[in-house]
Amino acid sequence: MHSKTRDNWIAAAFVAPFVIAYLVLFLYPTVRMVILTFTDAPLIGEGKWIGFKNYVRLFNDKAYFNAVWHTAYFVLLTVIPNTLLGLVFAMMVNRQKGYVQSLVLAAFFLPYILPVSVVFRIWEWIMDYQFGIAQYALDAFWGERVAVFRNKYWAMPMIAFVTIWWTIGFNVLLFIAGLRNISQDMYDASALDGADRWKQFRYITWPLIWPVTALVLTIQLILQLKIFDQLYLLTLGGNVNNTMVLVQYIYKQAFQLNKGGYGATVAFSLFVIIVVVSVLQYQALRAKPR
Amino acid sequence: MNIQKIDLAGRLFSLLTLALAIVWAFPLYWALVTTLKPEFEVVQPGLNLLPKTWTLEAYTHVLTTTKIGRWYVNSIVVSVVVTILVVLMGALCGYALSQLRFRGRSLLWYTVLASFMVPIQALIVTHFVLMGQFGLINSWLGIILPQLIVPVVVIVYKQFFDSVPKDFREAARVDGAGEFDIFFRIYLPMNWGVTTALAIITFIGAWNAFLWPFLVSTSEDTMTITVGITQVKDNFGVQFARNLAAAVLAALPVAIAYLIFQRRVTQAIMLSAGIKG
Repeated sequence: MHSKTRDNWIAAAFVAPFVIAYLVLFLYPTVRMVILTFTDAPLIGEGKWIGFKNYVRLFNDKAYFNAVWHTAYFVLLTVIPNTLLGLVFAMMVNRQKGYVQSLVLAAFFLPYILPVSVVFRIWEWIMDYQFGIAQYALDAFWGERVAVFRNKYWAMPMIAFVTIWWTIGFNVLLFIAGLRNISQDMYDASALDGADRWKQFRYITWPLIWPVTALVLTIQLILQLKIFDQLYLLTLGGNVNNTMVLVQYIYKQAFQLNKGGYGATVAFSLFVIIVVVSVLQYQALRAKPR
Repeated sequence: MNIQKIDLAGRLFSLLTLALAIVWAFPLYWALVTTLKPEFEVVQPGLNLLPKTWTLEAYTHVLTTTKIGRWYVNSIVVSVVVTILVVLMGALCGYALSQLRFRGRSLLWYTVLASFMVPIQALIVTHFVLMGQFGLINSWLGIILPQLIVPVVVIVYKQFFDSVPKDFREAARVDGAGEFDIFFRIYLPMNWGVTTALAIITFIGAWNAFLWPFLVSTSEDTMTITVGITQVKDNFGVQFARNLAAAVLAALPVAIAYLIFQRRVTQAIMLSAGIKG
């Protein structure tokens, strides 16, 4: 009995730092967020209890649903392209040998480790309306220059493109690991049977890489729902309402308009969306036989 | 005949790969070469792949007229502290979950697993309220604290500690070693590779963090470099070379960390995605 108590104390000492941090910096803020949604508190300071008024407001808030729509649109523009291109790039890297392979992989992967501010500075420069190098291409193929990040129609797809440029290295790495787990024997055997490249891809690579594809899709979906940094930076100075996404709407309500209670309500809705999506995805992927 | 055809397709594919890699890396090159041009040359039309006049003026300008030195210090302090705390807390907790039997163990484990999917971004409002109450707005600690919750580190450590053979532990117990001895002298040293990998990726993550540091540091003096270079501008003239020079300086530590520890970075990415490498 004595030793059991002692074991508990030793274990407590081990888990204490993480558990305390978790309680103070994670669980408590989460509970506090839910409580805040029932008040009209400013960002800093006390507010009155107003029941479900914030939720009523949320469901009647056109700007909020715009933010939901923009977020969904961004998810649509990034998740599947980033995953499929990741697979294509990984197959490209995988076919190379030696130092060429390392170089190609480095080219695809390097952007991923950069801070978002650096990515922002690079693309702000390349796409600059007056001096950006990409404007020559736009001029030639589109017929005119476009201030892409401030243009209602161009902004989202271009930010999606920048996001893919920035983050695809992560997907490429995971896919390369997956591809290396597929035995070469299968390809050799299928080649003997006369399978062409497309058939090899369709009947060997694709089904065997599927667990990795599913994993990458999951990670991407959750990640892109939380889009903020690059979009916020690249659209600075433009009409932000054209591209307002959920995290940005939290920022706007809580930090710019000083509506802590309503900001928390928007935040809580994002929280719920992500938890629901995670659970659904987890179930969907579990159902797939591996 | 057929063999030759396949070879040709293969070569074409390789060529395409190489072209794509060059296109992909071009923005990096273009940004870098821009920083080495004088501002007036930067805005000249055309694709000038090399500077006509080589200059470090953009860098000296950034280094002498902005608070970039200060931001560097802030970033280093914040990233190093976040890294040490996240890895240490994760290792200790992972060890307990893996090796010790105690009340609430499975509750803790499932809590850690569940929190995996909770978006920290949704907590910005209450984190700000909390840091405000602690009086930590515009302080290092205020930037650091909300970045400390990284459940995946606990999960990775637990998995690795699970696969250490029990014999080591039992032998140490027979010799009278306590749990902390076993942890610091056996389990941690046996998993240095994982620790290095997790430390590097945590450091890169903390260095690159934007949203939270951006919200919590409103004064120029407490900004990390990732935030500082986007928030402060001198308001006249074209300054692409200067802006990009600041960006290059901001990227330098993570780029170097990556180049030195490439394989560890790769390993850490696999680990945090749940692929044990």
